[in-house]
Amino acid sequence: MAQGKGWSRDDMAKRAAQELKDGFYVNLGIGIPTLVANHIPDGVDVTLQSENGMLGMGPFPYPDEVDPDLINAGKQTITELRRSSYFNSAESFAMIRGGHIDISILGAMEISEGGDIANWMIPGKMVKGMGGAMDLVAGVKRCVAVMDHTNRAGASKFLPQCTLPLTGRNCIDMVITDLGVFSRGEGEARFRVTELAPDIEMDEVKAKTEADLDWSVL
Amino acid sequence: MSNKVFKTAVEALEGLTFDGMVVMAGGFGLCGIPENLIGALRDSGAQNITAISNNAGVDGFGLGLLLETRQIKKMVSSYVGENKEFERQFLAGELDLEFNPQGTLSERIRAGGAGIPGFYTKTGVGTVIAEGKPTMDFDDEEYIMETGLKADVALVKAWRGDTQGNLQFKKTARNFNPMMATAGKVTVVEVDELVEVGSFDANYIHTPGIYVQRIIEAKCEKRIEQLTIRERA
Repeated sequence: MAQGKGWSRDDMAKRAAQELKDGFYVNLGIGIPTLVANHIPDGVDVTLQSENGMLGMGPFPYPDEVDPDLINAGKQTITELRRSSYFNSAESFAMIRGGHIDISILGAMEISEGGDIANWMIPGKMVKGMGGAMDLVAGVKRCVAVMDHTNRAGASKFLPQCTLPLTGRNCIDMVITDLGVFSRGEGEARFRVTELAPDIEMDEVKAKTEADLDWSVL
Repeated sequence: MSNKVFKTAVEALEGLTFDGMVVMAGGFGLCGIPENLIGALRDSGAQNITAISNNAGVDGFGLGLLLETRQIKKMVSSYVGENKEFERQFLAGELDLEFNPQGTLSERIRAGGAGIPGFYTKTGVGTVIAEGKPTMDFDDEEYIMETGLKADVALVKAWRGDTQGNLQFKKTARNFNPMMATAGKVTVVEVDELVEVGSFDANYIHTPGIYVQRIIEAKCEKRIEQLTIRERA
């Protein structure tokens, strides 16, 4: 990438898109995860779920196709595809909680070394609500968090314990940051560094990570 | 045959509203909200309302109308991000707020309407949502107990309805509406199009009329919150 080292927001989305497998049912969160839809690999066919009650989310409408009765979970106008289906909110979360969605890619404020995620509230600031985030991290088969590795002050967001109120406990399987990819297999307690972003050295990742990771294998 | 059809939203709410009532209102954002019935609830003057709705509308529209007039005492919602007046009243301590995870909220309403007083879910385990709630282990995994929700009146928006209250919903305007229809002691529905009973193919009725006590046909503004389009090449 042109400006400096590490991954940009779009690079992170592109890397997250590599986690999508052919035939997957996928829920994408708001922010960087939304960009994942632009980077779905060729030959990989996935169905996007929108938790307000739709499978098979299509692209934004042309001006003459806009329908106020058809929006996504970010309240944006969208379109349907040939495969689309609609359902009510209880059924939508039956899919999510019941483990029928293959992967959720979501933004995070903090991740702990034990796979906890905090992404819905900052004490003292106006709380907007968790929406469907707690249900997604509790129910979806595989959860991938995408975030900047450090906050604006340069402090690690990958921590021994989250300091912010949790969205879910022990639920994150992979973390993608501007510095690299951190993952753990089914039943594994610790994350391991599985990939470094371009021009990023392990020493820099170690220096910017407070969480205790398995640094042994790359 | 009992008559479920009313002429206006105000008439449809006659005799149903009172101070301290619990109201459910369907919709996700501004999509699929019972605009006309919310307006009639405001005009009824009922105070200290507990409103169960996924969101709180926006300033001056949807449930935002009832916030402006201070008729809502408490909101039960999953996300309330788009409303400045809501934020002001909440920060000033004038409004109670109970956050529910969206799937928990929708299931609580479904359960309430289905005669299920409580259920266990893994959503929220280990978070503030679990505080004070009974827990139970199933297959060595912890779950928290959530309770069913009911309302004195459920305000529902559907696409088409017949004179017996059989309903069809349109696209993502369905959202919370079908569950809320089941969870109201009285359910009042507004539809874009009211048709004679027998007009629908019975295979394609989303909500059977048993849940619906009153129905009106009314024009909706259907405001769009985030207009996003692409240009033709």
